[in-house]
Amino acid sequence: MEAKDLQVSFAGLSMSNPVMTASGTFGFGLEFAPYGDLSKLGGIVAKGLSLKPREGNPMPRIAETPCGMLNAIGIQNPGVEAFVKQALPALKRQDTAVVANLYACDPEEFGELGGILAAEEGVHALEVNVSCPNVKEGGAAFGQDPIQIARVTESVKKRSGDTPVIVKLSPNVSDIATCARAAVDGGADALSLINTLIGMSVDVRNRKPRLANVVGGLSGPAIKPVALRCVHQVCRAVGVPVIGIGGIASAEDALEFIMVGAHAVQVGTANFLRPDFAFDLPEQMVALLTELGVERLEDFRGSLEIPL
Amino acid sequence: MALRNCRNVKVLDITPVGQSPRPDEFFELRLERPDWDDWKPGQFVMIRPVDWPMDLLWGRPFSICSGDAESVTLFVQKIGRGTARLSELKKGDTVAMWGPLGNSFAVDATRPTLMLAGGIGIAPFRGYVEQHPLPENLKLFFAHRMAIGCYPYQRLSGAVDAECMMEARREDLAAIIERMGELVDQYRDGLILCCGPTPFMKTAQKFALEAGAELYVSLENRMACGVGACLGCVCKDGKGHHTQVCTKGPIFRADNVEL
Repeated sequence: MEAKDLQVSFAGLSMSNPVMTASGTFGFGLEFAPYGDLSKLGGIVAKGLSLKPREGNPMPRIAETPCGMLNAIGIQNPGVEAFVKQALPALKRQDTAVVANLYACDPEEFGELGGILAAEEGVHALEVNVSCPNVKEGGAAFGQDPIQIARVTESVKKRSGDTPVIVKLSPNVSDIATCARAAVDGGADALSLINTLIGMSVDVRNRKPRLANVVGGLSGPAIKPVALRCVHQVCRAVGVPVIGIGGIASAEDALEFIMVGAHAVQVGTANFLRPDFAFDLPEQMVALLTELGVERLEDFRGSLEIPL
Repeated sequence: MALRNCRNVKVLDITPVGQSPRPDEFFELRLERPDWDDWKPGQFVMIRPVDWPMDLLWGRPFSICSGDAESVTLFVQKIGRGTARLSELKKGDTVAMWGPLGNSFAVDATRPTLMLAGGIGIAPFRGYVEQHPLPENLKLFFAHRMAIGCYPYQRLSGAVDAECMMEARREDLAAIIERMGELVDQYRDGLILCCGPTPFMKTAQKFALEAGAELYVSLENRMACGVGACLGCVCKDGKGHHTQVCTKGPIFRADNVEL
């Protein structure tokens, strides 16, 4: 098997390989340019953007936990205008798919933001973050309400023209398949999952929470089994392509998500193991697929065999 | 050669320093130098041994203490589980190292320069002294809690005008603060650099703002990526905006940072 056999096309997105970097773990991509060739990545999902700049949450914002980490950054970002003017011109010159991640407080604002970003030539897809903790309509319940998920998706789709819309789902729900169906009903071209699991860490010595926000999102290898279960369920429930996210820290991890049905994967917390981590992953996937006797990635996708 | 990169490097030496009540609390970690163009005092690296299990996820940031054409030396105090695990490294082990990261200490060769170091915060000043063109213009004030032999103080006191004060008991603190105030006042027209625990830097900041002195402080917030992406290490700048310590710092002008 050769690297070219990793090529994937789905939902109007064409990538040299299925390895993307997850929003919030890879900045606007350019921060990682000293550590590897960005064109080795299938795609880059940029740090979450809002219409206006956001300062984010107070410190401390991150805590290391067993095989994972908690974060409560709070979508600190310079706003969509700064992204378009300052980061996008350099980012779109890279030979990789650029996905903008959207954060807003209500469906109308999501639509406005989606419209602005979809109009930019260098933005290949939009990823709608309906799995955020800080929103006015029902707080964390926002991404947990299928009706809201559908409304947000519809609102973005109305303004996004030909740009594919990916909806990023939260695992903090009782039935993720219902949320997935709601996004598809709203017009989602693809789904990405999972966002972080809500967690908490405390210190018995000073009797304080380790995050100023008290609770935060758990990510890293610790959440991989939950993520895999969610991707498996969603791939069975809907027909649109799925991007698997959650604790991927090796080629084997990535192939597990492909095997349960994902078209692509996003590497998140593993980018913190070392900044060149994601760049080597496509080659490692080729090596493992060759070892497994697989000729094309597509042949491997969804090949999970469940004994009767 | 590169401005900065991530490379697997070998441990050349790991050497315990001094005697403190906890065994091997302080050690020098000398690593192979990657193909960098250069590094400047005040800059830092992130390191993560390649065989660390996933329960230690992040790399750990350390200011560069010293270095030459072949090596990079870090000075480490065992504090948490990361530094405890690092203390178990052996010669020949492989470590992922990315850097050199962040900005560096201001250098003004002819201007009298005061270095205020608290505890392990002395580490970057060794490199500063070694690279400074006119060390006779440097003055070091070092406040510490453990025996002086635990720190690379002797190396510095041989090269520059230096004085140290030990905080053996809480009552010692008042005299240290008083001396720091006197020195900041003496160097109000000079350059002042500070690295140490946050309360130590806050004290220096207060004195410098009162005296109108030019002070730079080096922050060491908890970091995950070290490259400006995760936004986990931010501090507030003088306008109250969150800014990355890893890429916009770690060194900030004391009148442009909230400690």
